[in-house]
Amino acid sequence: MVDKQPLTHLERLESESIHILREVVAECEKPVMLYSVGKDSAVMLHLARKAFYPSPPPFPLLHVDTTWKFRDMYALRDRMAVESGMELLVYRNPEAEARGINPFDHGPLHTDMWKTEGLKQALDQYGFDAAFGGARRDEEKSRAKERIFSFRSATHRWDPKNQRPELWNLYNVHKAKGESIRVFPISNWTELDIWQYIQLNDIPIVPLYFAAKRPTVERDGMLLMVDDDRFPLAPGETPIQRSIRFRTLGCYPLTGAVESEAATLSDVIQEMLLTTTSERQGRAIDKDAGGAGMEKKKQEGYF
Amino acid sequence: MAATPATESQYKVDTLIAEDIDAYLDLHQHKSMLRFITCGSVDDGKSTLIGRLLYDSKMIFEDQLAALEADSKRVGTQGGEIDFALLVDGLAAEREQGITIDVAYRYFSTEKRKFIVADTPGHEQYTRNMVTGASTADLAVILIDARKGVLTQTRRHSYLAHLIGIRHIVLAVNKMDLVGYDQARFNEIVADYRAFATSIGIEQFTAIPISGFRGDNITGPSPNTPWYSGPSLIHHLETVEVDTTDDQARPFRMAVQWVNRPNLDFRGFSGLIASGSIKPGDPVRILPSGKVTKVARIVAFDGDLPQAVAGQSITLTLADEVDCSRGDVIAVADNPPEVSGQFEATLVWMDEQELVPGRSYWLKLGTQTVSATVQPPKYQVNVNTMEHLAAKTLDLNAIGVVTLATDRPIVFEPYAAARDLGGFILIDKMSNATVAAGMLHFSLRRAQNVHWQATDISRDHHATLKNQRPAVVWLTGLSGAGKSTIANLVEKKLARMNRHTFLLDGDNVRHGLNRDLGFTEADRIENIRRVGEVARLMTDAGLIVITAFISPFRAERDMVRQMMAPGEFVEVHIDTPLSVAEERDVKGLYRKAREGKLKNFTGIDSPYEPPINPDLHIDTTQVTPDEAAEFIVKRLIP
Repeated sequence: MVDKQPLTHLERLESESIHILREVVAECEKPVMLYSVGKDSAVMLHLARKAFYPSPPPFPLLHVDTTWKFRDMYALRDRMAVESGMELLVYRNPEAEARGINPFDHGPLHTDMWKTEGLKQALDQYGFDAAFGGARRDEEKSRAKERIFSFRSATHRWDPKNQRPELWNLYNVHKAKGESIRVFPISNWTELDIWQYIQLNDIPIVPLYFAAKRPTVERDGMLLMVDDDRFPLAPGETPIQRSIRFRTLGCYPLTGAVESEAATLSDVIQEMLLTTTSERQGRAIDKDAGGAGMEKKKQEGYF
Repeated sequence: MAATPATESQYKVDTLIAEDIDAYLDLHQHKSMLRFITCGSVDDGKSTLIGRLLYDSKMIFEDQLAALEADSKRVGTQGGEIDFALLVDGLAAEREQGITIDVAYRYFSTEKRKFIVADTPGHEQYTRNMVTGASTADLAVILIDARKGVLTQTRRHSYLAHLIGIRHIVLAVNKMDLVGYDQARFNEIVADYRAFATSIGIEQFTAIPISGFRGDNITGPSPNTPWYSGPSLIHHLETVEVDTTDDQARPFRMAVQWVNRPNLDFRGFSGLIASGSIKPGDPVRILPSGKVTKVARIVAFDGDLPQAVAGQSITLTLADEVDCSRGDVIAVADNPPEVSGQFEATLVWMDEQELVPGRSYWLKLGTQTVSATVQPPKYQVNVNTMEHLAAKTLDLNAIGVVTLATDRPIVFEPYAAARDLGGFILIDKMSNATVAAGMLHFSLRRAQNVHWQATDISRDHHATLKNQRPAVVWLTGLSGAGKSTIANLVEKKLARMNRHTFLLDGDNVRHGLNRDLGFTEADRIENIRRVGEVARLMTDAGLIVITAFISPFRAERDMVRQMMAPGEFVEVHIDTPLSVAEERDVKGLYRKAREGKLKNFTGIDSPYEPPINPDLHIDTTQVTPDEAAEFIVKRLIP
């Protein structure tokens, strides 16, 4: 007889996520994991490696690239693909590439074309019927109401009023031809859970999460890092070296840094717990279209 | 801002975080988790309570608070004061309507526990959402407005929470500030509730007088209720025992999700342990086959495990090469779960399309997916009065008790004993929607006592004697499409070729075998099921069966296809446009239907679902009946 002792919350979360990953692999024809190289993706990838061990995860990684991610992100992406033994697919929207869409000149069009359209094109091109994403319900209000298995029409639209009830741990993956599912295995994790899991499992993450001296400029109240020479500086402007780190990672010209001295995981978690702003605050994307920005983007096909 | 009474408002952790983050993390790492659901109606202050829990546990950041203050002034219902409800009413449509229309999940933690809250709406039309939220909850907080007392909705919420098997109930008597923190009022409500709760089988509950808006008895004892000596809401949530520990004490069961085969030398079985515990060397039984073997290893990414318990997702290997695949259940050898194909169950109907008795649905239980048919309900439960009502079907949000049969035996346990092997969903085969949640009560022994009688003269022998391959030629199409005419010609042609045939005609069968059936959707399905069974017996006898039935629904034609041996079912779509069939109107039925004298007439007020991939498609506007018959015969005898 085993001593009765409750599983810790991280053990329960891990177990739930692994169960979800396996259900998709068992019941879907062609799954893929959306890999954005951030800390949530890092945890999701680690969970997949645990779920299918000793096999490598039986699906490829898909990175919907914008060509504007931080250089450190590209480096970690390539390293993790090799370490996990998984195929890495990189997709760039050819139209965005041809038109030179960039965050400096094109505003919201940048996200729409590279990310929303790019993702739809990639899913269509490869014919994936299920895509894992690393979204969490605690990130944003409309995410809190999204199912773990979230259906998309053949045109990738999300209908928040018409979601399937999700009972116990039974997931209905039946779908019509052309429809697909976005699956969020870490729906129930919070930011603190993610950090603590990274620490306990020693999961590699992009060094930009830790404070270091980096070249920065200020734009519209946001502290941006000058990651390469594509960053348009004002005449006479020189980037200032500041000790900064990032709470979330996206396209470098759109991602605000925070000034920080937190150089270890413990420091980062401590700072996160004592901070007074939410994690998505550094992201320009949530502010479009007022409070309903993310809900609208999701209906249109954004992850 | 509302007055917050002296509370340990950030649950005493801030100092620890600032002074010794590693000690805090160590504490946090070992927290257990409690999932709970809050039930109440719009006016009971449910969203306000959840907003308060998030606020007091510091899950709300400055930028969110600034947005909240702005929103409170713009659309708030608290006269410019902070409206906590705005924090949790997520979707734009909801914020405008001021109601919560779906299940939302919230997260907060205290120094002892991490919590996941399922926030679900209270209206009767959202029964399905509440059941969804309750299905993963360990505990339910039932909110009551102290001014109103126990209402119909309180009874409904309590019944649903109890139905879904939640063992811990908290009665949160809210808005105590609005009744002057009156002890007598509180006691009166608790007594009312106890009388009701006992009547539906809720043995115990914890009643707490609170004010979500003012913060009384949320995180600590309130000076406004000196007469109350019980725990605060948070204190109770932190200390109540979690169900997963009970699961560990029950017999071992794990549904196999996925077979892990990286190479020929390794075969692992992956799954989530539903109950019990396991270690290498333990004898296990594979169900439904009943084979017995032992656990060899529990394989994990960070090294083999010495043991694993309920709630963990694992991969194990077995000592012997036994057949085991997705859908099988690995159980402790000397105490395995039952296997059956007929059950009594409670269904909660969740779809706009009502239950169609006799129709074949997918049933998913654990990792098993099978076809299942449901009998007309024994009764429906009025969720407000708990009365049993007679019912022919179940529509959206209805709850009823039914018997159901699966097309092959499944491994199960009664839901009351084990959620994982007793809870199931039904999926519509056409729309793919999740149409119902179900809870198995017990197996109906009938299936186990009627055994299949093996006969010595096989169906192959029958067919060989007749020198033919048995088949069912299934003609489907609108009334007046020409099915009977063509069927008759087909049979004549086959007879001339010395084939042994039989023609089952829709009208004729309704004069005898199916005399008791009408034309409702349910009766039409039963009509086709019986014809399918008869046709199958005839193919067992070696005959070529020709059928002429409108058979308007795809699901039922597919059901008949499933009954037959592979390749023996030949679906022929006799395709005549409605306008042409109506113009012919051989039997004068279309005219009667148009005049409203004939109800449920296919093509007029009842749908026809044409085959998507028929084995043969006959366009009667292009070929004569004789040519059509010739095509069919060629398909049968090339």
